[in-house]
Amino acid sequence: MIRVVIAAVLFCLSTSVLALSVGDTAPNFKLKNLATGKMESLKKYRGKVVYLDFWASWCGPCRQSLPLLNELRTELKRKGFEVIAVNLDEDTDDAKTFLEQFPVVYPVLLDPKGNVPQKYELPGMPTSFLIDKRGRIQKIHVGFKPKDMKGIRKEVISFLRKK
Amino acid sequence: MLNTHKIFLIALVSLLLGACSTVKPWERAHLAKPNMQGSPIAQKAALDRHIYFSKEGASGGGEAAGGGCGCN
Repeated sequence: MIRVVIAAVLFCLSTSVLALSVGDTAPNFKLKNLATGKMESLKKYRGKVVYLDFWASWCGPCRQSLPLLNELRTELKRKGFEVIAVNLDEDTDDAKTFLEQFPVVYPVLLDPKGNVPQKYELPGMPTSFLIDKRGRIQKIHVGFKPKDMKGIRKEVISFLRKK
Repeated sequence: MLNTHKIFLIALVSLLLGACSTVKPWERAHLAKPNMQGSPIAQKAALDRHIYFSKEGASGGGEAAGGGCGCN
């Protein structure tokens, strides 16, 4: 009987996963690129400073973050910066409509089933991870306000300077 | 005998707890729709909350800001 209880308790504990923290290697994933239709992995961007942004069309702050991230990416792309946006809309058409309104030049990957946010244990929407050239998570931003952009830009530049 | 029953009950309830899950932040698409809000006018709702909390002499405990999204 005790074994049954222990098994039950272990089962309950198994549903909770430890969240990622700064210094961890960003878990790799492979998702379809909205523009090209090809599968892309995070590993492909190793050697660049990556701003991994999880967003959805129904998320209010994303209306502000996408255009601002697009500006930053355009400014710093030559220095080795890339924004990777993972869209979490269940219906991809919602993402397309949103991007017609707020077009971006950086890769938008699609995860309608929400497998990657599960891996990254997102605490809120939007959440973004600043990943250094070695593929380690250096900053985690939850939520977004336009005034956050100044700090993000500074962080990106400081990690672009590091090896 | 009674003890065995109790342990069995605890085990059963613990197993059922595994079925409880919270809605994850990225699963709130439907909750974020305008027609899922408690009040159709966000500004009026904010004002009502303000009055309610000042009358109650307490703050917090209401729904999450912006309805279901939990963005800010």
